[in-house]
Amino acid sequence: MSQLIKQARSGDPADFNTDELKNIVETMLGEARLKGASSAEAGLNIETGLSVTVRMGEVETVEHNRDRSFGLTVYFGKRKGSASTTDFSRQAITDTVQAACDIARYTEEDEYAGLADKDRLAMTYPDLNLDHSWELSTEHAIEIARQCEDSALSFDKQISNSEGGYLTTHKDYRIYANSHGLCGHYFSTRHSTGCTVIASKSERMERDYWYSISRKHEHLDAPEDIGKMAAQRALQRLGAVRTKTQRVPVVFQAEVARGLLGHFVRAVSGGAQYREASFLLGKLNESVFPERIRIDERPHIKQAIGSAPFDSEGVVNTEHDIVTDGILQSYVLDSYAARRLATQTTGNAGGVHNLFIQHDGKDLAGLLKEMGTGILVTEVMGQGVNIVTGDYSRGGTGFWVENGEIQYPIEEFTLAGNLADIYRNLALVGNDVDTRSSLCTGSWLINEMMIASS
Amino acid sequence: MTDKHLQIATQNLLIPAELDESILSKVLHSMMGHDIDYADVYLQSSRHESWVLEDSLVKDGQYNIEQGVGVRAVSGEKTGFAYSDEIILPALTSAADAARAIARQGQAGSIRSWDKRAVPALYTEEDPLSVLSADQKIQLLRAVDAEARKQDPAIKQVIASIAGVHEVVLVAASDGTLSADVRPLVRMNVSVIAERDGRREQGSAGGGGRVTYNYFLEEERALGYAREAVRQVLVNLDAKEAPAGAMPVVLGPGWPGVLLHEAVGHGLEGDFNRKGSSVFSGRIGEQVASKHCTVIDDGSIAQRRGSLSMDDEGTPTQKNVLIEKGILKNYMQDKQNARLMNLPVTGNGRRESYAHMPMPRMTNTYLANGDYDPQEIIKSVDKGLYAVNLGGGQVDITSGKFVFSTSEAYMIEKGKITYPVKGATLIGNGPESMNLVSMVGNDMSLDTGVGVCGKEGQSVPVGVGQPTLLVDRLTVGGTGT
Repeated sequence: MSQLIKQARSGDPADFNTDELKNIVETMLGEARLKGASSAEAGLNIETGLSVTVRMGEVETVEHNRDRSFGLTVYFGKRKGSASTTDFSRQAITDTVQAACDIARYTEEDEYAGLADKDRLAMTYPDLNLDHSWELSTEHAIEIARQCEDSALSFDKQISNSEGGYLTTHKDYRIYANSHGLCGHYFSTRHSTGCTVIASKSERMERDYWYSISRKHEHLDAPEDIGKMAAQRALQRLGAVRTKTQRVPVVFQAEVARGLLGHFVRAVSGGAQYREASFLLGKLNESVFPERIRIDERPHIKQAIGSAPFDSEGVVNTEHDIVTDGILQSYVLDSYAARRLATQTTGNAGGVHNLFIQHDGKDLAGLLKEMGTGILVTEVMGQGVNIVTGDYSRGGTGFWVENGEIQYPIEEFTLAGNLADIYRNLALVGNDVDTRSSLCTGSWLINEMMIASS
Repeated sequence: MTDKHLQIATQNLLIPAELDESILSKVLHSMMGHDIDYADVYLQSSRHESWVLEDSLVKDGQYNIEQGVGVRAVSGEKTGFAYSDEIILPALTSAADAARAIARQGQAGSIRSWDKRAVPALYTEEDPLSVLSADQKIQLLRAVDAEARKQDPAIKQVIASIAGVHEVVLVAASDGTLSADVRPLVRMNVSVIAERDGRREQGSAGGGGRVTYNYFLEEERALGYAREAVRQVLVNLDAKEAPAGAMPVVLGPGWPGVLLHEAVGHGLEGDFNRKGSSVFSGRIGEQVASKHCTVIDDGSIAQRRGSLSMDDEGTPTQKNVLIEKGILKNYMQDKQNARLMNLPVTGNGRRESYAHMPMPRMTNTYLANGDYDPQEIIKSVDKGLYAVNLGGGQVDITSGKFVFSTSEAYMIEKGKITYPVKGATLIGNGPESMNLVSMVGNDMSLDTGVGVCGKEGQSVPVGVGQPTLLVDRLTVGGTGT
């Protein structure tokens, strides 16, 4: 079996032969052309990494990974076919090109199908400083995971059990190329450590977690601090009681508020708009948030977890506002959706990169003060989010707050409302911005939601 | 596994890589240091395709080929794991070295001689993708689209998809396991959006199993999904606010078995119970549900989406009674957790792919029939919710809190179904809610074959089922009063 690239040692990205990989992609675009494709695009992705978990001080798993995938989309005029493979042998790749072409013989013409317009492509793109390999031994990785867990376990004697501490380090290489002549590629790294522990009291158990993630391992939080945070979060849940069914103001802690920002992105994304499957259908240039609110995308922040030098169809992505003064300025579009909506792509094929909602300068305690009496939500559960209607109904865990002070933990309640109302009733955004993902927000204070409990 | 499966796997996975049983044996032998209890090699190749119709046009098709080998060494509670997407000897050896690195160095241990047990195949080895031509698949999607649109003028959008996987796996382990499986899996989905008087709603339906695409042509199943999706969306166009608060909840048969999957299923997986992190830990022999509840996980039902002839560790699947008349009887186990807990394996060792570690997972989880006529159950409720269909669910196995959301539900008032209500999330506590199951119907059915279960980042196909049942009190998360 002929191999186009040689096997790297597991977890050792030093063996990436980028020239060879680019060559595979170029060759495949060429083969697609020979088979009659009028245009084609290809993506290649290689990720190597090490993950370790330690539970109750003992190594639980050591995992070396090396994932590869190669995917191709071909266009025969307005017909489209896609195929992908993890097998990089010459034969498998040729078969993949053939499979994509075969599919395109059967699919029907779609007048909007095709590559991104050539003038929007990132023929040059910035180095975002995303590549910071961590030369660390398995033993050292285990040691960090152990420190993280140990710090949680030794924090309080009510921390009785653990689901483990972990450390992961990954390096990713990505190529995107198309028949307009673009061949963009970049390395990125991602390191993370965290732990999940269980607190118990009177035969009841509560678990919680904390983690840190960064492109550069020097920027990870100290394992001791992560462990402490996980322990505190689990301990705070002990003794939770139910509350009553009522309408009250709610503060969504930053990690949970991230979900609300995510639902907004889904509702204004091209797919939901052209399928007319969004509660924010056709709301462009209309008010969807209070007047103070600005939401903008900053895809090129150096070293940020959500950064990318171009979008997943090779289009230039730039800083831009999605909401200004509460008014929806732009949908979140790739080229296909943009053509369907007779507008231009916003460089969001594959999603958003570093979306920020402007905060109001107050910390979480300040939001609770502003709320007075209500609920602080620290976790939501379930899939009760309907983007077509905006109906929102999810399970929650959190704290009862009076006069701006946390009183006691509460559990087993639901939060319900309509997302359109939730966005309109967004009273304050906290400055406790969580930048661990592509959606960066502080905590949210919502004027009123329906709480159900027993 | 049948001998035929081993032949197919040898042909597909070993011969092209110039591997054979004796080489696998040598690799396993090299991994067995003095404190390694168990090692296994998992080879897999799969082909996956999907076709999607939207705007009445089939404009997207995908085809994926995936293959690789995962190598695992287990020492007590420790697991070393490595994988490669190249099935060649050097990759296998280097993965084996990486996996073995968890153990202290020592003398090579021994492995048992191959035990090639034949177990009956629960599904066809026929390639499910090739029973229909590309044209026939496209015609099928078009027919579904037309069927949905002709049901009602309110239907504005139809998205229909058909997807199939054909997979060959081979497991070789230090305990002598040498087993193979050839697995088909197909699925069809129809989702519709309707608009009436400025209000928009969605509905969806689908099904499938370990069968070929012909399944969708039989009994007009594909067209049936279209009609069902439309029926649901029309109900939802009339839905009023769901109530908020604790009340009796009647759950319909089939897919609402998500209740069991979340309220008890995950909490009975062996890994959580070995670690003592589940609300059900250490409670075998105790009453954990009402006496009306007998909960079963059965991976050995022919052709079901959650079924496997053998699990991903080569253990034949079986029918496991987890809870019998309310008493906790059994956990679901993979080899490592069964060994550490000194309990038998149950055929629940599953993994998403060669690139993922096996762990205890559910297969088809359901509640056994009770005695009540479903109508009688509804009649018994003065004011409550009747949930006919659900979206998904989620559980925190440590505290026992679980949720699921309704996608088709009605109010019950004075024993009668009165009006449809919007989707809402319901929340409860596993052991407590299961103890509040007060009536169980005689209409047990399994779902249509659409379930995907996620755990620790791994997705596997599963089935659920139940008869109509009444939970005396669950919190319904609507907005109404």
